[in-house]
Amino acid sequence: MNASAAGLLPDVSGHFGRYGGRFVPEALIAALDQLDAAYRHAMADEAFQAEFGRLLRDYAGVPSLLYRADRFSAAAGARIFLKREDLNHTGAHKVRNVLGQALLTKRMGKRRVIAETGAGQHGVATATAAALMDLECVVYMGEVDTERQALNVARMKMLGATVIPVKTGSRTLKDAINEALRDWVSSVDETHYLLGTAAGPHPFPGMVRDFVRGIGVEARQQILDQTGALPDAVAACVGGGSNAIGIFHAFVGDEGVRLYGFEGGGEGVTTDRHSARFSGGSPGVLHGARTYVLQDEDGQTIESYSISAGLDYPSVGPEHAWLHDTGRARYLPVTDAEAMDAFQLLCRTEGIIPAIESAHGLGGALAIAPTLAAELGREPTIIVNLSGRGDKDVETAGSYFGILAS
Amino acid sequence: MSVTEVFEKARAEGRAVAIGCMPAGFPTVEGSIAAMVAMAEAGIDVIEVELPYSDPVMDGPVIQKASDIALAGGVRTRDTLRAIEAVARTGVPVVLMTYWNPIERYGVDAFARDLAAAGGAGLITPDLIPDEAEEWLAASDAHQLDRTFLVSPSSTDQRLAMTVANCRGFVYATAVMGVTGAREQTSAAAPALVARVRAVTDLPVGVGLGVRDGAQAAEVGSFADGVIVGSALVRCVLEAPDEAAGLASLRALSADLARGVRAVTR
Repeated sequence: MNASAAGLLPDVSGHFGRYGGRFVPEALIAALDQLDAAYRHAMADEAFQAEFGRLLRDYAGVPSLLYRADRFSAAAGARIFLKREDLNHTGAHKVRNVLGQALLTKRMGKRRVIAETGAGQHGVATATAAALMDLECVVYMGEVDTERQALNVARMKMLGATVIPVKTGSRTLKDAINEALRDWVSSVDETHYLLGTAAGPHPFPGMVRDFVRGIGVEARQQILDQTGALPDAVAACVGGGSNAIGIFHAFVGDEGVRLYGFEGGGEGVTTDRHSARFSGGSPGVLHGARTYVLQDEDGQTIESYSISAGLDYPSVGPEHAWLHDTGRARYLPVTDAEAMDAFQLLCRTEGIIPAIESAHGLGGALAIAPTLAAELGREPTIIVNLSGRGDKDVETAGSYFGILAS
Repeated sequence: MSVTEVFEKARAEGRAVAIGCMPAGFPTVEGSIAAMVAMAEAGIDVIEVELPYSDPVMDGPVIQKASDIALAGGVRTRDTLRAIEAVARTGVPVVLMTYWNPIERYGVDAFARDLAAAGGAGLITPDLIPDEAEEWLAASDAHQLDRTFLVSPSSTDQRLAMTVANCRGFVYATAVMGVTGAREQTSAAAPALVARVRAVTDLPVGVGLGVRDGAQAAEVGSFADGVIVGSALVRCVLEAPDEAAGLASLRALSADLARGVRAVTR
C-alpha cells in the first residue's frame, strides 16, 4: 500500500473495502448526495480552501505545535513528541472539522445545524462555529451526559445553541445520535447534520477525515524539521476516530511508521465495561456504516463504557475498520487505570493537563514503548496526538485521584 | 395468501389493503402473538412484525418504547421468527420490518431461509437501500421472499425507479419526511409520491407514517393501495391497563381501519 492508494479511499460509493457505505433511510440519501457533491466541489474550489485555511490559522490557531516532551520521554523510555491539538481554539482537534462543515453548510444554503454530543466537546465546537457563521444550532445530548457535563451545557447555551436532553435508550451519546438522525430525517431541507467524527454514512467518514487530516500533514513535516526523520510510531486515542484518522492519514503511505489506535479499555476487555470495538466487538452496522461494533449475538448494540466520555461509543469510523483488517494500523485497549496513570504523569512531568481521551493515547504509548525499543534496539520516537485539553475533565480526574470529593 | 394476492384481491374489490404493525415480544412474545392474531381476526389484511432493535432511528417515541420493552423482556431474534410462524398460521401474510444489523448478524442467507420456513412473506428494510443490498437481493431470490424498500419524497426520479425495480410484493412510500408516529393530518406530499411510484411500476404502493384511525385510512386508501398503521396500534397495547383491555382496544381500532380501507372512494 502506498499513500496514493490510501488517498483513493473511500471508493465512489463510500466504501473502505467492505466497510463504510450508507445504511440509512432512503429519506436521507438525497441530503447525503447533496453533501457529497458540495464537499467535492468545495475541495476543488480555491476560494473555499483559502477561507478554510484562513479560519484554521487566524481563528483556531492551526498549525498546532509539535512539542518534544523530554521529562515525559524520560519516564516513558521513548522519545515522545506531542501534537498539541489541545492548544486549538475550543481546546481540541474538533474545531477543524466543525469549521469545515459549517462553511459547507453555508455553501449549501442551509441555515440550521444539528449535532450530537457526548461529553459536550463537539457540541461546544459546533455551537462555536454556528455563532461565528450565524447559523441556528441545536445540540442533542443524552440526559445522563447533560447532568455529568453541566458546564459544557452552559457553554453551548452561552454561545446561543439550544441543547435538547435525550431521554430515550441509555440516554447517552448513542441515543443522542439516534435523535439527531430522527431530527435530520424530518428537517433535511434546511438542516445540516454536523456529525462530530469520522464515522456515520458516506460521505461523513472521508469528509471529516479530510477536514482533520491536516493534523498528520503538519506533524509529518514538523517531525522531519525537528529530527530529520520520520517517527517510529504514531499514536492516538480512538473513539469515533477523527483525531486518530486525522494524524494517521498522512503517514499511511510511510511503511516504516507504525500506527497505533488506543481504545477505551474501561475496566478491562474481559469485563463487560469497556469501549473496545476491535478487541471486544465484531463487524456490524450501526449509525449508517458497516464497521466494528459492540453487539450481542443478535446484533443488538451493547452499551459501551469508558472513564472518557469521548471514547464511550459502541461503534468506530469505518476507515479504522479497514486499517485494522489490512493490518496497517493496530488497535489496542487502554484501561481507565492506565489512562489515568498517564494523565497524572503528563501533568507532573510536563505541566500539561490532557483530556482523558488523549490520556489513553499517552497510556498506550507508555505501554508499547518497551516492546518497540526491544524490537528496534534503540529508543523509539513516538508522536502522540494530544487531541484535547483536560479542563473539561478536572472534575472527573479530581474525583478519580481523590482531590475533589466525588 | 401471498402479499401480492392480497393486493390483487383488494384491487378487485375496489378497496385498499390494511397493513398493521406490531413489534414482536411486546409486551411479551405470547402477548405480541395474541395482539397480532387479534389484528388479523379483526380485519387487518397484512401483518407487519417489527423486529425490536436497540437503535431504531426511523421510529418515533411510541414504537421506540414498545421495542425497548420487548428488548428489556429479553426478546431474541428467534422469538421474532416464532411469532411470525404463529401469526402466519392465521393465513394472513406476515412481513417483517427490521433494521439491518440483526439480519447481518444472523447471517443474511440463513435468516432468509428461516424466515421462509416460518412462513414469513418478506422483509421491509428501513435502513437498507438497494445499493447496499447485494446479499439480501440474492438471498430473497433464493428463498422466494418479498423485498420492500422505502421511497421518500426526497428520492430523485432515478433513485425512485432503481429502488422500485428492486422491490417485490409492494413498495413502501414514506409519505411525510419524518419518523413513525400518529399525526393529526396525513401528508399532502403522499399522493404526489404515490403517483411518482405508479409512473414506474405496477407494484402496489403502501403508504406509511401517520395514520391513526379509519377515517384517515379511508383518506390514504383513496390514493394508495395499502395503508400502513403502526404507532396507533402499538399505543392501544401500550396505554391499556391490562392485556384484555389492550386486545379489546386493538380489535376495535383494527376493525375501524378495516372499515376505513373499505370506505375508499376512487
